[in-house]
Amino acid sequence: MPDLLLELRSEEIPARMQRKAAGDLKKLVTDGLVEAGLTYEAAGDYWTPRRLTLDVRGLTARSKDIHEERKGPSVKAPEQAIAGFLRSAGLFDISEAHVHTDPKKGDFYVAHLKKPGRPAEEIIAELMPKIIREFPWPKSMRWGTASSKPGSLRWVRPLQSILCTFGPETEEPVVVDFEVDGLRAGNVTYGHRFLSDGKPITVRRFDDYVAKLEKAKVVLDADRRKEIILSDAQNIAFASGLDLVEDEGLLEEVSGLVEWPVVLMGEFEEEFLAIPPEVVRLTIKTNQKCFVTRKQTLHPTPALRSAPSLQEEGKNGRNASTSPSDGGGHSEAAGAGENPLSNKFILVSNIEAKDGGREIAFGNGKVVRARLSDALYFWNTDQHDLPDMHTLAAAAIRFDLDLAKPLDQRMARLDALNVTFHAKLGTQGERIIRIRALAREIAPLVGADPALAMRAAVLAKADLTTEIVGEFPELQGGMGRKYALLQGEHPSVAAAIEEHYKPQGPSDIVPSDPVSVAVALADKLDTLVGFWAIDEKPTGSKDPFALRRAALGVVRLLLSNDWKIELMPVFEMALSQLREDSIEKRVEGYEQHQAAQQSGDVDGEEDVINAVSGFEKRLRSDVIEEAHPVLLDLLAFFHDRMKVYLRDLGARHDLIDAVLTERADNLLLIARRVEALVVFLNTEEGQNLLAGTKRAANILSAEEKKGTQIANAVDAALFNLDEERALSAAVNQAEKEAAQAIQNEDFSGAMIALSALREPVDSFFEKVLVNDENPAIRANRLALLARIRTATTTVADFSKIVG
Amino acid sequence: MSSSLPDHLQPARSFQGLILTLHNYWAEHGCVILQPYDMEVGAGTFHPATTLRSLGPKPWKAAYVQPSRRPKDGRYGENPNRLQHYYQYQVIMKPSPANLQELYLGSLRAIGLDPLLHDIRFVEDDWESPTLGAWGLGWECWCDGMEVSQFTYFQQVCGIECSPVSGELTYGLERLAMYVQGVDNVYDLNFNGLEGDEKVTYGDVFLQAEQEYSRYNFEHANTAVLLRHFEEAEVECEALLKAGAPRESDNSAIHKMVLPAYDQCIKASHAFNLLDARGVISVTERQSYILRVRNLARQCGEAFLLTEAGGVNFRSESV
Repeated sequence: MPDLLLELRSEEIPARMQRKAAGDLKKLVTDGLVEAGLTYEAAGDYWTPRRLTLDVRGLTARSKDIHEERKGPSVKAPEQAIAGFLRSAGLFDISEAHVHTDPKKGDFYVAHLKKPGRPAEEIIAELMPKIIREFPWPKSMRWGTASSKPGSLRWVRPLQSILCTFGPETEEPVVVDFEVDGLRAGNVTYGHRFLSDGKPITVRRFDDYVAKLEKAKVVLDADRRKEIILSDAQNIAFASGLDLVEDEGLLEEVSGLVEWPVVLMGEFEEEFLAIPPEVVRLTIKTNQKCFVTRKQTLHPTPALRSAPSLQEEGKNGRNASTSPSDGGGHSEAAGAGENPLSNKFILVSNIEAKDGGREIAFGNGKVVRARLSDALYFWNTDQHDLPDMHTLAAAAIRFDLDLAKPLDQRMARLDALNVTFHAKLGTQGERIIRIRALAREIAPLVGADPALAMRAAVLAKADLTTEIVGEFPELQGGMGRKYALLQGEHPSVAAAIEEHYKPQGPSDIVPSDPVSVAVALADKLDTLVGFWAIDEKPTGSKDPFALRRAALGVVRLLLSNDWKIELMPVFEMALSQLREDSIEKRVEGYEQHQAAQQSGDVDGEEDVINAVSGFEKRLRSDVIEEAHPVLLDLLAFFHDRMKVYLRDLGARHDLIDAVLTERADNLLLIARRVEALVVFLNTEEGQNLLAGTKRAANILSAEEKKGTQIANAVDAALFNLDEERALSAAVNQAEKEAAQAIQNEDFSGAMIALSALREPVDSFFEKVLVNDENPAIRANRLALLARIRTATTTVADFSKIVG
Repeated sequence: MSSSLPDHLQPARSFQGLILTLHNYWAEHGCVILQPYDMEVGAGTFHPATTLRSLGPKPWKAAYVQPSRRPKDGRYGENPNRLQHYYQYQVIMKPSPANLQELYLGSLRAIGLDPLLHDIRFVEDDWESPTLGAWGLGWECWCDGMEVSQFTYFQQVCGIECSPVSGELTYGLERLAMYVQGVDNVYDLNFNGLEGDEKVTYGDVFLQAEQEYSRYNFEHANTAVLLRHFEEAEVECEALLKAGAPRESDNSAIHKMVLPAYDQCIKASHAFNLLDARGVISVTERQSYILRVRNLARQCGEAFLLTEAGGVNFRSESV
């Protein structure tokens, strides 16, 4: 079976687009071929900076003939109808049609049509121009003389040639003849821009294509280029007593910048290693697309030593390092136990240079040095006084800042710059004021020192105005932590500056230092309550402010650290912070109004104070009252996040529903309840009680449908069977015990209390007929069933449990 | 290597030799060699030979050095890599020739950068000038990891689709010269290629200017005056465009005063750059100033299409 080879050669394609483009090409071509009735055995896609290549194996040489029967009119139909049928079926004479017989309709004409198959070449030649013209590049352009004509070809960069051959392995393949905007498909390609002789290369099929390209210094397969780069880089580093710091993203990018990778080593002055390692790494990676190296470990023991600490991770993540006693020892993002960076870096060049790469390594070294001296300048500048100190005094007072300290200055500047956080939610400075107040309130709930939490909140965003974070935004938080330690902040404050952004996603580490937890909660809850208050909630797939992530973050912070916090009061605190300005203004207005009315009267002054404080109290509670529906809606959003989170952990959806009530705002208790319910339903008692409760509920709901009123209480005088009395007593007892257990947050205890109901419920259904002739007794028995429902609901709504 | 020049004017020895070599090279390839535009601009693209000539159907090839002013980049002559006044070498070819990359690589060979010794790379970089309403796709050209040129296929200029597309090459001359001369400080560049007493360095020529202009740009430029200049240039630009516009009474479709109007657009743009360096433009205002300049550029571009050079009477051979 024949093979198809396609190459689209262009000027340099952006590295980030190559892999997807090759995949798109494969999909578009193979889908198109299949749609046209061809089949193929396999297809492979390849790319370099200058070409996209597709190798389709075992393609059918032509599409199959298609037979179709088209029904026509009855043989008795008028001439006009028959003529119409002939036209539509493409027949000359009715004698070409067959006559079929139907028992109901009688005889009618049928045209047997044959749509002949087409040669694959023809299909390919028709398909390709369309695919090339409509190729889904993220950005495309016009070029050259053709660009003055409307509808001219667009490509990611100028398309230079098209190679397209087709044929079986045993024969000489043919060029599939097609043309796009003056580019005619051929069987010619070119090798490496500099290392080949620049002469055209004639190609037959994929195998000789790959081999000839390789000879012309092009490694076609990107994954092979990656392997070459990685292993050469590791070897070169190793030979100098160094370890390569691997970086998959960078490797992918670099492999898309070269056709013939040659790995070299460059160096910079040791003094630049005073810059934090992640800054060195990012400077060299982002600006120069080079890898950094680490000094090799002489003894393998550190790796072994770090192993047990991994065991401690548990649900708190690897945060042993953030405990206050740890100090700044872990501040290096290079990580504990990892060796420091070396002053050698690895670069990947596109040529085998005549001098072995000496000039190239030297030139790259020069550029890296210039970049690092910029970074060193940023790092030093961030630790020195700002030039515009005189503009910072007001902010210093607002945030209780010590302007002798660099990070305090940066916070003051963030406030002074009046950077908008969101048009309706004020500036960054105003936001920090809210977060600070909220962190102070949350601190005692999570065992943190309120003073430390406030200080951490104040410094949490200060690094946004540092030079380094301006250059590398991804270092926010991490740099703040470093600068905080350098100016002698408490280690927990420093840790919180970095960790209050966490957890960023479902797999991110959850901080455990109480100060970090307090600030992280304050930051996220201020954001959530704020956006809810201005009605900017996530809809469908749109969540521009990452509010789902923030809510999931709160869920994980509380559950991972076992913090029992009622969310509604915290929502209310966050909301009053948001409304603080307007409350203050209105109180002030009221005060002036009152004072004006009472002027001159000595006793009046006290009255004014009383009146004002009463007014403020009412106002505050009105504000909360007014926002209550919004806060309940936010709580429902948390319930949804909680469901997603617990479901991901393997909990059944219906069990979560069974324990959730509209106002349940203590996430940890919800989780505990679900856990206890899971355990209980795995016992025989649990299953039987569930069955009994469901039976009771079914009877009741049938009655309720009929409009029967179910009494709220049972009347002991109407019991006439022991089983009734026993059940009633058991229900009362179980309800009391379960309620007590829940009061003590002992959910297994509550389940055990309920499990005592199993036997009396079973006996009741066995011995007692609910439908007694005496309506009073019947009503009383229904009331007893209703009691089972109420008693169990204190633990979970069993009616929501499936099965 | 450029063989027609004496030794001391080889690009590896002198800054002016680098310029002469590029002039020779691009002249050989059919460019008109222009002199710098006599106004303060932020980049070579602002020269009407690029901005305006890239519009319309008429073929055009030009090369020139353009002194470029970036008031904010002034460092009082203390930074070895940053200047508030520097030279760009600009090449514009309309329509972009099919072998433009090869032509560019040829120019690197001409100034002594051998692509078998140096790692030359085309790294994605999409170019955009918000003030000119212009954008294009292309690359930063790297030599051993250093960006030495910008290579752009103009898609839109003055808010108008380029038809046909031009290819634009911009060389940062000082940086390129530092590389080929092997110098780490721009002020140490050999300007005239001579040695001893006769040697003139880049610092001899420009250090004092860098110091003085940094003082002016950051400390002494009169912001009230600059603001007035901006507004006046804006008014003048629109007035000239109106005065030169085709009139039915003249029975002509030709615009008669595009170039003087465009000068006013350039003036407004430079006044804005100076105001920005003085730090008197807030983040929100910034955007509105940029939009005002862009609006002028758009009107100039539209008017240019109504001129001879803009292709009013041009008939393409292929039609």
